[in-house]
Amino acid sequence: MNALWMRQIAAVWRLEWKKTLLSKRGWWIYCLALGPVFLTAMHWLVQSRVARHSHHTLGEDSVVFAAMFQFFYLRGAIFFGCMGLFSNLFRAEMLEHTLHYYYLTPLRREMLVAGKYLAGLAVALLLFVGSTVVSFLFIGRHAGAAYTDYILHGPGLSQLAWYAVTAALACVGYGAIFLMTGLFSRNPMIAAAVVFVWEGINPFLPSVLQKVSVIFYLRNLAPVEVPIPPPLNVMVIAADPSPAWLAIGGLLAVSALLLVYTAVSARTAEISYGE
Amino acid sequence: MSQAAIAETQITFSDVSRFYGEVLGINRVSLTIPPGVTSLVGPNGSGKTTLMNLMTGLIRPTQGEIRVLGVPPDHPEKLCRFVGYCAQFDAFPKGLTGYQFIYSYLLLHGFTAAESAERATAALQRINMLGAAGRQVAAYSKGMRQRVKLAQAIAHDPQVLVLDEPLNGLDPMARAETIALFREWGEKGRHVIVSSHILHEVDRISDQVILLSQGYVVAEGEIQGVRNEVKEQPMQILVRCDRPEMLAARLFQQRGAVEAKISADGKGLLLRTRDADGFYLMLNRIVMEHGLEVESVAPADDDVNSVYQYLIGAEGATV
Repeated sequence: MNALWMRQIAAVWRLEWKKTLLSKRGWWIYCLALGPVFLTAMHWLVQSRVARHSHHTLGEDSVVFAAMFQFFYLRGAIFFGCMGLFSNLFRAEMLEHTLHYYYLTPLRREMLVAGKYLAGLAVALLLFVGSTVVSFLFIGRHAGAAYTDYILHGPGLSQLAWYAVTAALACVGYGAIFLMTGLFSRNPMIAAAVVFVWEGINPFLPSVLQKVSVIFYLRNLAPVEVPIPPPLNVMVIAADPSPAWLAIGGLLAVSALLLVYTAVSARTAEISYGE
Repeated sequence: MSQAAIAETQITFSDVSRFYGEVLGINRVSLTIPPGVTSLVGPNGSGKTTLMNLMTGLIRPTQGEIRVLGVPPDHPEKLCRFVGYCAQFDAFPKGLTGYQFIYSYLLLHGFTAAESAERATAALQRINMLGAAGRQVAAYSKGMRQRVKLAQAIAHDPQVLVLDEPLNGLDPMARAETIALFREWGEKGRHVIVSSHILHEVDRISDQVILLSQGYVVAEGEIQGVRNEVKEQPMQILVRCDRPEMLAARLFQQRGAVEAKISADGKGLLLRTRDADGFYLMLNRIVMEHGLEVESVAPADDDVNSVYQYLIGAEGATV
């Protein structure tokens, strides 16, 4: 027999995951997740037809995917997707006047936060890790057997695993941030804008400040480095990369701290719906 | 019974205030609510919902202390095991049927799937909604939504049931059934706390009333007791008898008599007196000495509506 707290988290998860996955107001999150899949699928189809006239190499595809991952997935799709998914877990219920149903059950607020976070995380992982994996598999598909060989006998599988881990960690980290801002702020866009700007200017900050961000650690985990074109390359400050174990451990620890803070705050939160 | 044991059967507010910024919710409320049906009565903005939200832990007091059967409301994991609250918000989680709505929140209480299914079905049956249980709540009428909220509040069989305007939107049949449910729960020794604007229904429901005005408790207790405390308003008594004019004449020989009106059919006397006990003694004497035939004697203003009018005034009263 499962412990009470596990049953309660599972009950919250059951209520939340479907609502989060199938939310009509989240249509744009599907677009963010499916956009790269569509583009890489088109790339596969187009390159398959013009392969004889093309000088396109798998190495180039690998760098293009690395750039797409760093600049579209990490800084765009996952960031804004997590904002849409996680900040709505509390905020949408406040706007719809339904949060009190949770608050009137004998459920520890910590369990409510955990259940909602896990539901949001399941959806975010499904969408963004799924999208990353599928896009990676599509981008070199036009090379046929060479790409299969690249994945199975070359560095492809290891790269795919690191991209998936990095995308998952991005969901974990940004999810924790936006769950917290969704509980505290009526308008999470303001908090999102602040975090977005901070993460965006990260490469241009002094190396000490670069480490106070999520993107710094995620960038270090990405398996393929993206060359920065001039004139930006002279403005970028190269900070010492963190070892993978530190980047992963640090991100998980910071996320856990944010979740604990959110849970403690949820315990003292009131239901007034602004009336 | 010791003080501690008594406290565990009551809901107590000790010098409780709640402010929303600079706006007063309730101020310096001290109350003891015993088991039975208690109605909260007052105009809009008088603090009824604030009082209910405080006792269910949805909001916290700015100052003072609240205990619900000995438990402070800021411990939801204890409190919500024995408290059910049917709040005023007419909103439901999206995409759920009536059955799923009740079942899902029973799982949050920690009941197993089988127990939750059984309780959800029993609660829906109790409010005659089993036939519509499979339909989406979004497709329900206002009355059905009100009833399914009630079913959700009672599904875990709470000892304390708090209901904010529970009769809103219900048709007469559903009202009667719902009132019967409140009475049944009150008679079982549970706490049923109801807010309502509909004063004649409050009269039918309540064992005791709490009258609120502008965030203050104006009066509390059994309605007759509250009425007796309103000394500045003479008591109204309706007597049906064969010689009302003789009774009226004798009434004015007594101290405290204010007014007497004989009804159009000549068989009734509506009188106002500041000395009701003295009047009843006099009436007994007249019956004995003059053979007055009395059909009925009844107080005409010891109901919630009259007390409300006397203490709070006409604004906000919906009869």
